[in-house]
Order: sequence, then structure tokens, then C-alpha cells
Amino acid sequence: MAFENRVDVDHPVHDIRTEAIKVFEEKGFPTKKDEAWKYTSLNALLKTDYSVFPKEESALEFKDVKKYFIHDIDSYKIVFIDGIYSSHLSQTSHEGLDVCLMSSALTKPKYRLIIENYFNKIAKKDDSLTSLNTAFSREGAFINIPKGKVVDKPIQIVHLATGKESSIMLQPRSLVVVGENAHVQIIERHQSLTENPVLTNSVTEIFTHKRGIVDYYKIQNDNQQASLIDNTYISQQQNSLASVHTFSFGGKLTRNNLQFIHKGEHINSTLKGITITEDKQHVDHSTLVHHATPNCESHQDYKGIYADRSTGVFNGRIIVEKEAQKTNGFQQNNNILIDDKATINAKPQLEIFADDVKCSHGCTIGQLDEEALFYLQARGIPKKEARALLMYAFANNVLESVKIPELKTRINKLIAMKLNVNIGFDL
Amino acid sequence: MLKIKNLHASVEDKEILKGINLEVKPGEVHAIMGPNGSGKSTLSSVIAGNEDFEVTEGTIEFLGENIDELAPEERAHKGIFLSFQYPVEIPGVTVTNFMKTAINETRRAQGLEDMPANEMLKKIREKSELLEIDRKFLSRSLNQGFSGGEKKRNEIFQMAMLEPKLAILDETDSGLDIDALKIVSDGVNRLKSKDNAVVVITHYQRLLEYIVPDYVHVLLNGRIVKSGTKELALELEEKGYDWIKQELAV
Repeated sequence: MAFENRVDVDHPVHDIRTEAIKVFEEKGFPTKKDEAWKYTSLNALLKTDYSVFPKEESALEFKDVKKYFIHDIDSYKIVFIDGIYSSHLSQTSHEGLDVCLMSSALTKPKYRLIIENYFNKIAKKDDSLTSLNTAFSREGAFINIPKGKVVDKPIQIVHLATGKESSIMLQPRSLVVVGENAHVQIIERHQSLTENPVLTNSVTEIFTHKRGIVDYYKIQNDNQQASLIDNTYISQQQNSLASVHTFSFGGKLTRNNLQFIHKGEHINSTLKGITITEDKQHVDHSTLVHHATPNCESHQDYKGIYADRSTGVFNGRIIVEKEAQKTNGFQQNNNILIDDKATINAKPQLEIFADDVKCSHGCTIGQLDEEALFYLQARGIPKKEARALLMYAFANNVLESVKIPELKTRINKLIAMKLNVNIGFDL
Repeated sequence: MLKIKNLHASVEDKEILKGINLEVKPGEVHAIMGPNGSGKSTLSSVIAGNEDFEVTEGTIEFLGENIDELAPEERAHKGIFLSFQYPVEIPGVTVTNFMKTAINETRRAQGLEDMPANEMLKKIREKSELLEIDRKFLSRSLNQGFSGGEKKRNEIFQMAMLEPKLAILDETDSGLDIDALKIVSDGVNRLKSKDNAVVVITHYQRLLEYIVPDYVHVLLNGRIVKSGTKELALELEEKGYDWIKQELAV
């Protein structure tokens, strides 16, 4: 298997991988018969015969891919080209923190304890796609922030696909460990540079220790032949804050499996997303917040705008265990359907076993407000731009909590591009 | 400037305007008064081009051109401004940015370059001072969380920024306390010139003490049933609308 030439058979990862292969062989790819995949079919994607490893390593110049980075800020960078680490485009570090590679974390003795403690510990063992990744992933980001360290600049993880293979399947695997009182911001992006099909099955495990803070931003603006299955698992200890913002504008099929697991009191989890789709795009957000401890809160806010024949899924699950008294779970999902043929399947699922909790959810599906449209037009703003402004306003709540100003500006520009208008949303 | 001939308009097959005739010349102030449901707001919406209303008969001419087929933004580009009775809240878009977008879209439609940033800032400063608007207010989201009075003052600020040829003020006095009413009226009066015109739509005579009309029209059941000078407004304030109804019945 991928690492086996470098990982000795006594290494804990060896057994984990063997087990994962078994799970995948048994389960296979999920189908619409699986409840969790009822509205998202992988059939069309799996007809393509993907290469799993590129035949050759590719090099890229920064200037040619600069636009896929938030390049107006200083940042650490972990960059992969067709799944292989690019030292040329990356800026890693071992000074006071580890911003480096999974392959080195898995092989170097000094990281063995971390791997034993964290690798594959919260990734769902019986999930077939997660198991597929566990079995075959060869590379990814390894981020280890020690106790008390406030990381001075964001970390960008960028996966580029060159299209040199006629089609490729990528399986990045990342591990993020945020120590007590540590603070880190991470921006992740997957980008294909050609129209050749790409299927990415990504797994990320994030551990946030006491009072740790992690802000994770996912930019999903890939081209029309690229698909992404993102499996992100976050475990939080007491008083920690974790947020994930997902901006889904591009790609053929995108599935976000986002799971939060609570392991202490006074934890705060934030899950937000803006989805804007057109043509035949499909975006699925399947979230789970598992409240297992008392006095914690979670905030979910997903906005979706679906045009043409595009389809969306929001499957938001909140579980509140019997022990998790005084939980405050909030979930909001608002959708606008621009065209008659666009669809959204929204399914909030609240499973509450405690009796002293505050949980609320709200789900709306509607159209743009005609009165508001008239108001903007009456001020001289043409219909297309007026519609774009209203869509921006509709999604704006989600942007308010983005903590990196340059990232916010970039998202604003991406929204303007996606809506095909030449107006500045940034203020 | 504005010539409305035999205008009929309906919404969902219900006729609301039943043959309006109105002419407004440059430099004039017209007041349109009438009880609830008489069609005042419909008239202002139809002039501004709201597509929710269907014009079934008649025409609207603006500056000698028939504008019946024009979209709301095209009418705005020609110089028609409607101050809304209920301005819409637009979260995430600041007053400043909204004004920039509105002004530059109008300029683009007229084949002009975008307004230079410093010129825009200067204009915003000037007009916000005219309406005694706090600078902080300009970086708030448009109308979001504004009080009724703030919304109306913001409408007149937008009017000042866009410098329309014809301003229609739809119930601008509702929700205003006396101080705000004075500031808003003062702003409107200072923006008035011999080249532009104002149509004030109102329920009450109060606003007309500050924005003094040259003509007052009474709208009843979709028709202008009586026109006169500012004295008519006083008479309406005193006696209500019933005497006109009775007069019509005779």
C-alpha cells in the first residue's frame, strides 16, 4: 500500500490501514439506498476510470496558480500537485509549531506518539469513503500547534490537479492538532487546472484541546469536471472554539461530511456555509454535531442559492445525549431557488435525549423578494445587479464571522464572479 | 415634465387606478392626498415602473418621451426617483456602498465613467451634512435596524445623492417626529430648483406646511376628483374627505 515501503509493519498505521481496507471491501461505495446518501448519487462519477497515482511529478510556477491562493497576506502554505507535495510552492515550518506533511509525520519517530494518539481516532471507522481514504491516502497536511501557541499567520492548504492524467482520484489525508490555548486559522482549497475529471476523497481530523481555537475555511470553487467528497471530523475539549466556514460555488458534485464531537464542557462549535450553484452542479452538506457533554453550544447557519438545474442537499443533524444538559443548539438553513428546475432537499434532524436544553432550527425555501428587487431597480440598479445584491445580502450573515479580512474580500469577489456582475460587495 | 393621460392600472385583475390625468411641470410641487386605499401608493409605484401592476390603459410621458415600456432602472436613469413608504432592508450592503453602486450604474447607463472615489466621498459628505446624517450611519447596512425616521431620512439622502428631475415622495412624513420632519423637508426644499419637480403623496396636511405645494390633488377611488391650491389641503385637514364624496354624489 501507499506507505508500506516506508512504514514498518509494527507501526500502528499498518493495522489501521489493513482494517480500513476490509471495511471498504465489505461496504463499497455508498449508494442511494444508504439513508445518508439518499439525495446524492456517485454513480455518474464512478463510471470514470481514475488513475490513483500520477505517473510523474509535475512542477508549477507560483505566478500561474497565484490566483488560487489568498496571496495578499503572509501565510504558511502546504501545496500538493496531483496529490504529491510541492516543496517549491510550499512554505512549511518546524519552528515553534509543525506545519508539514502527513508522510513525514507517519514515518518520523518523533511524531510516532502523536500519530498513535490522534491518527484515525475520530474519523468514522465504519464509513466506506473514510475507510477508502484511510487505506490508500499517501499524503496530506500535518499541523501540530503546541500548547499556548497563537499562530501568527494563516495556513493555506492547496490541492492542485494538473490534468496530466486523463482523470485522477486524489485521497488527501490531513491531521490538525491544536494544543491548549493555541490558536490557528486554516484555509483549504482544491483546484483543478484543466477540464479533465478529478475526484477527491479527502479526510481531515482536527483535535482542539482545552481553550484552543481553530478557524477553518473551505473554498470550494473548482471547475465543472471536478468533484469533491470532503470528510472533516472535529473533536473538541472543554472551553474550545472551533468554526468551519464552507464556501461552495464551483465543482460538479460536492459532498461535505462535517462532524463535531464534544469531549468537555463549555465548548462552542460553529458551522457556516454559503452555497451558490448553477447549471447541473450538486452540493450536499451533511452535518452532525454530537453534544455529549453539558453546557456546550453549536451554531449552524447555511445559506443556499440554486440556479438552473442545480441541486442542493442540507442534512443537518444534532444529537443531544442525555448527559448533555444545558445544551444550546442552533441551526439555520435558508435557501433560494432561482429557477423552477433547481431543487433543494433540506432535512434538519434533531435527536434530543436531555430535558434541559435549548435547541432551535429554522429552514426556509423561497424566492428573491420582488419588493426589494423593485426598490433597488428604482434606484437605478439594473435587474441582474439588483438580484446579485439581494443574493449577497441574503448570504451575508455567514460572511460576518470570517475573521481574515483579505479572505472576506476574496469571497466577496468570488460571489460577484459567480453571479456574473461587476459590482463591489466589499465595503 | 410628467404627463399622465387616462392611466388605468390593476393588480391581479383588480382595477386600482381608473383614469388618472396629471401634468407636472419643471419647478412645481404637487401634492396628492387621499384616504387609505384610494390608490396613492399604486400611482407612485406605477410611475416608477413597478411590474407588479399592469397598466391596462393610458400613457405616462416623461420629458416628452413615452416611458410605458421602460424598466424601473431605466426610469431611474432618466431622472425619476421614488422615496418609498416602506424602504427595504438590505443586510450586508452599506449605505455608502449602495449609493456608489446606484450612482455608478446610472452613470454607466448614460455612457459615463464611474465617479472618481474622491468626488464620491465629497458628495456623500456634502449631502449627509445637508440632512444632518451621522457618518457612522453611512457604514451601516442599508435600512437594517433603522428607525422609521432614519429610513425616511435615508431615502431623502439617496434623493440628494441621485439628484433626480422628478422626485415622488410616498408618505415620507409617516413615522417622522417633528424634528426629523423639519430636517427632511428642509433637505427637500434646498434640493428644489426651477428645473426639477416634486410630487408629495401624503395622508396629512402636516408635511405640506413645510414642503409647500403649488397644486393639491385629491385622489379618491382611483381617480383625481378635485384639484386646487394649498388651501385645499387645509380644507381637507379640517373637514376630512367626506364632503368631497358628498359633493361628487351631487
